Amino acid sequence: MGRPTPAVRAAKAVALTVVVALVVFPLWTVLATSLASPQNVIANGGWVIWPGEFSFAAYTEILQGGIISRALLVSAGVTIVGTALSLVCTIGLAYTLSRPKVYGGKPMLLLVLFTFLFPPGMVPLFLVVQGSGLFDSYAALILPFLVNVFNLVVMRGFFQSIPPELIDAARIDGATELGILRQIVLPLSKAVIAVVGLFYAVAYWNRFFEAIIYFNDQTKWPIGTVLRQYVTGGASLAETSGELATTSPQSVQMAVVMLATLPIVCVYPFLQRYFVKGVVTGALKA
Amino acid sequence: MTILFRLGTAREAFDVSMTRVRGGTGTTGPPPPGRRPERRGHLRRIRADRVLLLVAAPALAYFLFFHYGALFGNVLAFQDYVPFLGVSGSQWVGLAHFERMVTDPLFWNAVKNTLLIAALQLVFFFPAPLALALLLNSIVGDTVRRFVQSVVYLPHFLSWVIVVALFQQVLGGAGVVNGWLSTLGLGGISVIGNPDAYGPLVIAQLIWKECGWATIIFLAALSQVDEQQYEAAALDGAGYWRRLWHVTLPAIRPVIVLLLVLRLGEFLSIGFEQFFLQRPSVGPETGEVLETFVYYTGFANGDFGYAAAVGLFKGVIGVVLIYAANKVAHRLGEQGVYKA
Repeated sequence: MGRPTPAVRAAKAVALTVVVALVVFPLWTVLATSLASPQNVIANGGWVIWPGEFSFAAYTEILQGGIISRALLVSAGVTIVGTALSLVCTIGLAYTLSRPKVYGGKPMLLLVLFTFLFPPGMVPLFLVVQGSGLFDSYAALILPFLVNVFNLVVMRGFFQSIPPELIDAARIDGATELGILRQIVLPLSKAVIAVVGLFYAVAYWNRFFEAIIYFNDQTKWPIGTVLRQYVTGGASLAETSGELATTSPQSVQMAVVMLATLPIVCVYPFLQRYFVKGVVTGALKA
Repeated sequence: MTILFRLGTAREAFDVSMTRVRGGTGTTGPPPPGRRPERRGHLRRIRADRVLLLVAAPALAYFLFFHYGALFGNVLAFQDYVPFLGVSGSQWVGLAHFERMVTDPLFWNAVKNTLLIAALQLVFFFPAPLALALLLNSIVGDTVRRFVQSVVYLPHFLSWVIVVALFQQVLGGAGVVNGWLSTLGLGGISVIGNPDAYGPLVIAQLIWKECGWATIIFLAALSQVDEQQYEAAALDGAGYWRRLWHVTLPAIRPVIVLLLVLRLGEFLSIGFEQFFLQRPSVGPETGEVLETFVYYTGFANGDFGYAAAVGLFKGVIGVVLIYAANKVAHRLGEQGVYKA
C-alpha cells in the first residue's frame, strides 16, 4: 500500500483527536466538577474544566451513609449475585445446546430463539413479576433478566468451536459430562465467560427502570434509579444529606454520576482485551 | 447492544444456510462412542442425557416462566383489565382496545414520533460506525489504534441515565457549552428540553454511546479484505479514495447489506430508556414514542388493557419485520456462502 501523504496523515490525526475528545470531554468535566470546591463551582457558573483546588468533600459526604451509599450497595449486591446466577444458568444451557444429538436439543433451541423474535411486552412481564410475588424484592431486578438470548448464542457458538476430538478423548478416558464441562470446556472458554460476564454485570449495574415499577419502597432503589431522579426530575441529590456548606450541589450530583460510572471504567481495561475476541469469534464465526 | 443482537440472528441464519449447503449436520465428526445407531426410547435417551438436561433446566425454566408466561399475559390486550380482579376476573372486550387505537390521536402521535426517530436513526446512525471503522482501520500504529478503540468502545457500557446526565452537563442551559458561549459574548443555545432540537439530540446521544461499539463488526469485515487487491490498485495508481470506492467498499458490501437488512427488521426498536428519561423534558407532543406511550398509559394512567394492546400491536409488527428481514438475510447469507 502506498504511504499516505502528510496532508492525509494530518487530517486523520485531527479526526481521531476530535473523536477521542468528544468521548472523553463530557466524562472529564463531570470528574472535574465533582472534585472542585464550592467556590470554584459557583465562580464558574455550575461546572468546572479544571478544579482550582481539589476537594473530595462531595464524595465523603455522599458515602457517609444515606440514600446514595445504600443505592450503591444495592447495585453492587444485585450486580454480583445476578452476574453469578446468570453465568451459571447461561453456561448450563449453552453447553447442553452445544452438544450434538442431545435429547430435545432442537426444540429447546427453537424455544429459546423464539423469545428473541417476540420479546415480552412491558405490561405482560409486569403481570408475571407481580404474580410471582417479587414486588419490593431485589429478585425482581435479577430473575426477569436471568438469561440473555444473545449471550447464550455467543456462548453456545464458542462451545461449539471447541474441537470435538478433545471432548471425545475425555469421554473415552471415562470423564462424566460435568467433568468434561469443568475440566475441558470451561478452562478453554475463559475469554467468552469474561465477555459474557461483563455484559451481564454491566446490564445489572445499569438497570434503573425496573425498580421504578416493581419497588414501592424507595430505600431499595439501585443507584441508576436514584440518579434518574436527578436527571429527569431535577431533584437535588444534595438535599438527601446534610452539610451543604462544604460542598456545592453540582459537585455532589457529578460525584453521583462519577460513582455510577466508576465501576464500569475500572473493570473495563481488564476485560477489554477479551471482548473483541469473544464477540467476534462468538458472533461472526460463520 | 442492538447491533450485537442482530449479529446473533445473523449467525443463526448463517448456521442454517451453511448446514443446508453442506447437506446436513451428519458430516460433523464421528458419532460419540457407546451410542448405538438404532432408535432408543425417549425415556432411555432422557436418562442418557439426564445430566445435560439438568444443567439446562434453570435457564429453560426461566424462559418458560418469564418469556412464555409474559406471552400468555398478552390476553390482557383483549380485556378490560382491573388489577383487583386479575386476568381471570376481568371482562373480555374483544378487539375494543384495537378499535380505540385507530381513533386515538395520542397513539398516532406516538407512532409518528417513533417512525420519525427510527428514520433519523437509519439515516444518521447507521452509516456513522462505518465511517469511524474506516478511520480506525486506516491507523497504522497498533498502540494508537488500540487506545482509540478502547476509548470509543467505553460509552457503550454506560447506562442511559449517565449518558443523559452527561449531555445535560455539557449542553444544558447551565452547561459547559453555554458557559463558553456567554464568555465569548454570544447568545446561548437551547438544546436540552427544546422540542425542536429533540430529534438531533437523541441521535447525537445514540451516536456518542453506540457508534464506537458498532464499529466492531465493520472492523472484523475490514480485516478480511484482501491485501493484494490494495497493492494491485495502488500499483495502478489509485489514490486513497479510489481504493476505498473500488476495493474496500465492494469487499465489505455483503456485511453492510446484511446489517442494513437486519436493522430494517428492527426498525421500530428505537430503544426505551433513552426516551423514557427525556420525555418529561420535552413533553409528550415530541417526546412520546410507542414504548413510553405503553408505560404512561399502563403505569401512570392504570389503563393496563389498552397499554397491553398497544404493546402487542408493536410486538406483532416487530415479529413480521424481523421475520421478513431474516428471510432476506438468509438469502443473502446463502449467496455469500455459495460465492465463497
